[in-house]
Amino acid sequence: MNVGKLIERLLQLIPVLLGVSVIVFVMMLVTPGDPVEIMLGDQHVTEEQEQALRHDMGLDLPPHERFFKFLSNAMTGDFGLSYYHRQPVTEVIASRLPATIELSLAALIFALLVSIPLGVLAAVRKNSILDRISTVTSLFGVSMPGFWFGILLILFFAVNLRWLPVSGRAGFSSEVEPITHLLLIDSLLRGRVDAFWDALKHIILPAITLGLPMASILMRVTRASMLDVLNCDYITFAEAKGLRKSQILIKHALRNALIPTVTVAALQTGSLLGGNMVVETVFGWPGLGRLVVESIFVRNYPLIQAAVLFYAVTYVMLNFLADILYTVLNPKVRL
Amino acid sequence: MGHNVLEITDLRTCFDTRDGLVTAVEGVTLSLARQESLGVVGESGSGKSVTFASVMGLIKAPGFITGGSIRFNGRELVGLDADEYRQLRGKEIAMTMQDALTALNPAYTVSDQIIEALMAHDETLSGPRRARRRQAREKALEMMRLVGIPAAETRLDDYPHQFSGGMRQRIMIAIALACKPTLLIADEPTTALDVTIQAQVLDLIAEIRERLGMSVVLITHDLGVVAEHCDRVAVMYAGQVVECGPTAEVIANPLHPYTQGLIASIPRMSDLRRRIKPILGTVPSLIDLPTQCRFMDRCDRARSRCRSLIEMRDMDGGRQVRCAMAEADDG
Amino acid sequence: MTDATADNGRVVQPETIFRRNMRNFLSSKLSVFFLFVTLGFLVMAIFAPWIAPHDPNEPDLFRRLIPPVWMEGGDWSYPLGCDALGRDILSRIIYGTRVSIFIGVVVILIATTIGVLAGLAAGYLRGWVDGVLSRLVDILLGFPYLIFAIALIAMTGPGLHNIVLAMAYREWVMPFRVVRGETLAVAGADYVEAARAIGASRSNIMLREILPNILSPVLVVSTVRMAHVIILEASLSFLGLGVQPPTASWGSMVADGRSFMLNEWWLSTFPGIAILILVLSINVVSQGLRDAFDPRFHD
Repeated sequence: MNVGKLIERLLQLIPVLLGVSVIVFVMMLVTPGDPVEIMLGDQHVTEEQEQALRHDMGLDLPPHERFFKFLSNAMTGDFGLSYYHRQPVTEVIASRLPATIELSLAALIFALLVSIPLGVLAAVRKNSILDRISTVTSLFGVSMPGFWFGILLILFFAVNLRWLPVSGRAGFSSEVEPITHLLLIDSLLRGRVDAFWDALKHIILPAITLGLPMASILMRVTRASMLDVLNCDYITFAEAKGLRKSQILIKHALRNALIPTVTVAALQTGSLLGGNMVVETVFGWPGLGRLVVESIFVRNYPLIQAAVLFYAVTYVMLNFLADILYTVLNPKVRL
Repeated sequence: MGHNVLEITDLRTCFDTRDGLVTAVEGVTLSLARQESLGVVGESGSGKSVTFASVMGLIKAPGFITGGSIRFNGRELVGLDADEYRQLRGKEIAMTMQDALTALNPAYTVSDQIIEALMAHDETLSGPRRARRRQAREKALEMMRLVGIPAAETRLDDYPHQFSGGMRQRIMIAIALACKPTLLIADEPTTALDVTIQAQVLDLIAEIRERLGMSVVLITHDLGVVAEHCDRVAVMYAGQVVECGPTAEVIANPLHPYTQGLIASIPRMSDLRRRIKPILGTVPSLIDLPTQCRFMDRCDRARSRCRSLIEMRDMDGGRQVRCAMAEADDG
Repeated sequence: MTDATADNGRVVQPETIFRRNMRNFLSSKLSVFFLFVTLGFLVMAIFAPWIAPHDPNEPDLFRRLIPPVWMEGGDWSYPLGCDALGRDILSRIIYGTRVSIFIGVVVILIATTIGVLAGLAAGYLRGWVDGVLSRLVDILLGFPYLIFAIALIAMTGPGLHNIVLAMAYREWVMPFRVVRGETLAVAGADYVEAARAIGASRSNIMLREILPNILSPVLVVSTVRMAHVIILEASLSFLGLGVQPPTASWGSMVADGRSFMLNEWWLSTFPGIAILILVLSINVVSQGLRDAFDPRFHD
C-alpha cells in the first residue's frame, strides 16, 4: 500500500464526512421546539436575557452561517453545553466513552475468539454434526433480539446462578486509579488482580450479548471463505508438495480465508456501535449509548447531535480501516 | 517389470455424486519405465487427471479408489496411510498443475513456497530450524536458477502475481522439483500459456528430466505436445485407456477410431486445404454405463460385437488397443 | 434436461430462471416449513381481532400477573398469563404481530421500490445520476443504522408513521446497491442490446428487460432486510422510542416485563420468543431463497 493511494482514499472521505455533518445539522434544524426554551426549562428570565442567550448560541444567524459555525466548532470539539448536565457536551461524551470502548472491544474479542475457530472447523468438517450445530446457532445468533437475549442471560447467570453481577460496570474495581480508563487494562497495569476479576465479571454478559450477532455473522463468513479457499488449486498444490495437514490448514488456507473475515469484522465493529445503545440500556452500562438514549427523553439535543456525529465519524473511519485492512492483507491488490 | 517406476493396474476411481455413482476411471492399466516420459491424452472428463490424482493420493470424498493397484517403485500406494503418503508426495512423486497463478498461494513469496517444500522433505538440511531454513533458501535460489528465472536472487521475495505467466509456471516447476523426485506428473503444463512460452516450458521439463534422470507423465489434451516430448502415449476416452504405445507409431498409424479422429482433427501446416474432421457426438455420461465399447455411439465402424465387453488387447510393437475392430485395420 | 438447454441458450427467458429458482426453493422442506410459519404470523396479524381471546389493552387488576397455564395459579383463559396491568399476554402478542409485520412489510416495500428504481437508474443511465445517488448512499452508509433511526425519531418523536420513515430513509440503500450492481452486470447482455436495437425506450428497457432478470437478488435482499427491520423496530420499542403505549408491540412488552423478571419471567420471555420465531423464520426463508438462486449451489 503506497502513501499516495492512502492519501487518495483519505481524501475520498472528505465529501462523505461533510455530507454526514450536513445531515446531522439539518436534523437539528428541523427539530421542533426552540432550543433556548428547552434549555431554560422552567427558569424565568427576561426577554433580553433570552435574546442574549440566543445570540450566544448563534441561533439568530441564517442557516448557512450556523452550519459553518457548527462545522468549525465541531472541528475544535466544541458542541456547546449539554442542556442537562450543564457542562460542555464534549466533556460529557468523553466521560462516557471509555466504558463504551471497553465494552465494544470485549464484544469484538469475544466474537473473533468464537467465530474463527468455529468457522474453520465447520468448513473443514463440512456437513458434520458440528457444522450443522454451528450453522443453526449462528442462525439463532442473528435472529435473537439483543435486548431479550441480554435479559435471558441476566436471568440465568446473574439471578438464578448468581455467578455474575446483574448490571453495571464495576464494583470496587472503579477505585483503581485510571490510566487508560479501560478498567480491565488499568486494573492489570496497577497489579490489582481482584479488581480485574471484578471488571471482567461485569463485562462478560454485556460483551456476549453485544458480540453474539457479530460472532454469528463472522462464523458464517469464515466458514464460507474457508470452504472457498479449501477448493483452491493452491491447497491441492500444497497437498501435492506433501506438507502436513496442519500446515496446509493454518498457513495456506486460514491465512487467505481470514481476509474476508477481518474485513467484515472491521465493518461489523461499526454496527456494534448501534447495538451499544440497546445492550448498555439492558445492563445499565454507563457508556455513550445509554447516554444518548437518556438524552432523547430529556430532549438534550446538543448532546444527541454531537453523539450522532461522533458515531458517524467513527463508523466512516472503521469502514475506511476495513478497506485498508483488506488491501494490506491481500498481496494481490497491494499496490 | 522390476525397473518400472510406476505400475497402474486395473485402477477404478468413482465419485459418489447427487446424480449417482460416477466411474471416472475404469480399468486403467499403465506403466512407466525409469526416465521415460509418458503422454496421457484425452479431452476433459476422460479421466486422465483423476487417474493421476489417484496416483498422488489426492482423491477426496466424495471420490474413492474402488479397485486396482498403483505400484510406485514396487510399493503399493492404494490404501497407504495418510502420513506415509504425505512423505512420498513432493519428495518422490511431484506434481505441477495447470495454472500456476492459482496453484501458487497469493499470500506468500515464491521463495517461501519453495522453502516449505524443502523443509518438509529434504534430509540433507541439517542443524537447528533457522540454519535449515537458511540452507533451504540457498537451495531455493538454486532451483529458481535451474528453471531459468532471470536475476533469480533479486526475485526470491517477490509474490507470485509479480511474475509473468511463463515465469510463474517455471516457479511451480521449481517447487515440484525442489526435492528431486523420481516421478513428475505435469498436469496440463501448457494450457494456460501462450504458444511461444508453451514450447519453452516443455523444453525446460525435458531438459530437467535428462539432468535429474526422472520419469515424467505429461497430461494434456494436445497430441502435438505429446508428439514432440513423449516416448510413449496413452489415449484416454470416457475413463478408459483406449490406445497405448510408442508415440511415433501411434501417431503414424493410430489403431483406435478415437485416436484416428483425434489426429484427423489436428490442423496441419503442411496441408491447409485438407478439411479438419471433427469427431461427431458427445462423450457418454459416466453413470451406469453398459458393458460395451464406450466410443460406439460416435464410431462409424461400430458393429454388433462392439456391444460386448471390450478388453485392452496387445498388438505388435508393444502397442495396446481397446477396439474390437482393430485387427481388421491391421491387415 | 430442459433446464440445462435453457441455460445454454444465449438469450435466456427471464421468467424461466425466476420460476426455476422458485421451484428450487420450494423443493427444500425446511424453507417451505418456515415460509408457512412466516405466513402464519401474517395471518395472525391480519386476523388479530378474531384470533385474540381478549382485548389486548383492557387492564384488569384482578388478573394482575397471572402465570402461564402450566404453572400454579394459571388459568386456561389466559394461556400465557397476564402482565402487570392484568392484560392477557397471548392477546397482546397476537396484536403485537401487527406492529412488527406492518413495519417490516411497509418499510421494505418503500425501501425496495425506491431502491430498485434508483438502482436501475444509477446502473443503467450511469453518468451524473449514478454520481449523485452513489454519493448520497455513501453518506447515508456513514451512519450506523440504529443511531440514524434513533436520531430521526429523537427529532420527529415516536409513533408508527415516524418509525417507518426513520427506517425507510436509510433502508433503501440496501436494495439500491444490489440493483445497481446487478444492472451494471446485465446492461451489456444480448437481450438488452436487442431491445435497444429495436428502439425500446430507456424506461422500457429498465423495467421490462433488466428488472425481471434481477428479481432474484432483490427478493433475497428484501427478505433478509425484513428480518433486520423487525429486530430494529423491536429494539426501538424496547428503548421506548417505538410505537407508544398502550398499543402492544413485542419490544415494549419485553421492556415492560423487565422489572418483573425476578419472579414473573413470563412477561418478557414470551414476546421475546415471538420475535425470535418470526425473525428466525424469515431468515431461514431468505437463506433458502439465496441457496435456490445462487447458481454456485447447483454445481
